[in-house]
Amino acid sequence: MQDEYRRQESELDDLYRDIIIDHYRNPRHKGHLDAPTASHEGLNPLCGDEVTVEVLVKDGALAEVAYTGSGCSISQSSASMMTEATAGKTLSDVKSLIENFTALMRGSEEIDPDALGDLEAMSGVRKFPVRIKCATLAWHTLDEALKGASSPGK
Amino acid sequence: MTLDVSAIRADFPILNRQVHGKPLVYLDNAATSQKPRQVIKALTDYYENYNANIHRAVHTLGEEATAAYEEAREKVRAFINAPSTESVVFTRNTTEAINLVAYSWGRANIHEGDEILLTQMEHHSNLIPWQELAREKGATVRYIPVAADGTLELNGLENLFDVRTRVMALPHVSNSLGTINPVEKLASEARRQGVTVLIDGAQGAPHLPVDVQAIGADFYAFSSHKMLGPTGVGVLYGRKELLEEMDPFLGGGEMIRKVTYEGATWNDLPWKFEAGTPNIADVIAFGAAIDYLTGLGMQNVREHEVEITSYAIERLGGMGGITMYGPPNPDERGGVVSFNFDDLHPHDIGQVLDQYGVAIRSGHHCTQPLWRHYGVSGSARASFYVYNTREEVDVLADALQAALDYFKR
Repeated sequence: MQDEYRRQESELDDLYRDIIIDHYRNPRHKGHLDAPTASHEGLNPLCGDEVTVEVLVKDGALAEVAYTGSGCSISQSSASMMTEATAGKTLSDVKSLIENFTALMRGSEEIDPDALGDLEAMSGVRKFPVRIKCATLAWHTLDEALKGASSPGK
Repeated sequence: MTLDVSAIRADFPILNRQVHGKPLVYLDNAATSQKPRQVIKALTDYYENYNANIHRAVHTLGEEATAAYEEAREKVRAFINAPSTESVVFTRNTTEAINLVAYSWGRANIHEGDEILLTQMEHHSNLIPWQELAREKGATVRYIPVAADGTLELNGLENLFDVRTRVMALPHVSNSLGTINPVEKLASEARRQGVTVLIDGAQGAPHLPVDVQAIGADFYAFSSHKMLGPTGVGVLYGRKELLEEMDPFLGGGEMIRKVTYEGATWNDLPWKFEAGTPNIADVIAFGAAIDYLTGLGMQNVREHEVEITSYAIERLGGMGGITMYGPPNPDERGGVVSFNFDDLHPHDIGQVLDQYGVAIRSGHHCTQPLWRHYGVSGSARASFYVYNTREEVDVLADALQAALDYFKR
């Protein structure tokens, strides 16, 4: 029985890579910013995942980013990895990273593996289509938060 | 064993399939049940031998289809002990049945300042139609609280209803907690106070002997697909006096008596509420599902589920870090076991279980406010039916342990 379980687990390892579990257990940038310029709440109504992203945009860059939320390991570790990958980057770099990541999730060939770095670990999610929305939730939420930050009056 | 489960399993072709190289262990019955070959055969038999539209054809196929459709209605009537088939309306599902009541009865009988009484354990399908009705009419919605053990906090029935309470709608059995609510007691008090009662029977009719007259409900709604029948068929039982005074929900063919360019008069019950060509094939196959359940005996179905649920509570309850929801006593609950593990999200549990061929549901189970009330976003849920075995509960427990071990790294 134990051997059988080990075999099953090797299929799961594609989804739950060590780095994903690490971000789930030890989230980065989780919490609130002192003075965010915008924030956005993202919900995945199918499974109840919640991620709120706060951003501090300054001089054309994402000076600071943080998230709060609850949900499965994929949604929460994706949020943590995203904040690590985007904090301090210029807005145009962040935008292209968002595009790169969502392209990776769509299974597109047109991705830049160098730009993705650690985020490539999320590629295993593609084999589990139901979970793709979990992985992209934080990224769509960041995108919305940045739109809010750049719109006039904010 | 109160049921011959191995004989039952032989009737369900899908139970032979493998998932990720493992025998399927299907424990998502509260979402939808599997179908026996008798039901599948009723579908193909209709399409291969007497497919025709019903009620107005003079040809043989039309007569046969009409007879089979109306025969299914009679089977449903007997199954829930409704006084007559006039009280048995076919809809698409439980949701549509509840919407029918909220629109046709609710729009005529709920006024500004009136109160709609629900519970904190409503499925969204018995929540949204009433919230919308209240919003439209300026009525209020009040919720009977759910206690930590998953039962309703009734605190003495006499104070349950406000002078403005017009309708009470609640689930017979909670799809998330498994709680069997005291619907007879509640309906009888409601009747005394002149409050109309709708029971969401989506998890009741498939699992318990149901006698709508003994319950005393004004309306009782349920779905075919959760009780061995096809998708796309629901039932609204309504007290005849109420259905008669209600306006139609949808207009079109079938539901009319006389139509002129100036207007129309309505058909008799129950056809007044069945506009357009109904889901003939699935209604007929639903009749086959009712035959199957009647053959097993609903009391036996219930006893089997109590046995499996007790065993599941015992097996899972011993696992470290588990939180289980709902009444601890299996006699007070249906075959639903909802649980969470510390530090492990229901979706991650469900994902690992799938690798072992075990199908459970994870998430909010369409009761988001209830889980917020419990301070979590949802749960993992195993739900049982006539074909489930103790051995499958063992597979579930072993796979859960594997999931816990897997994430322990």
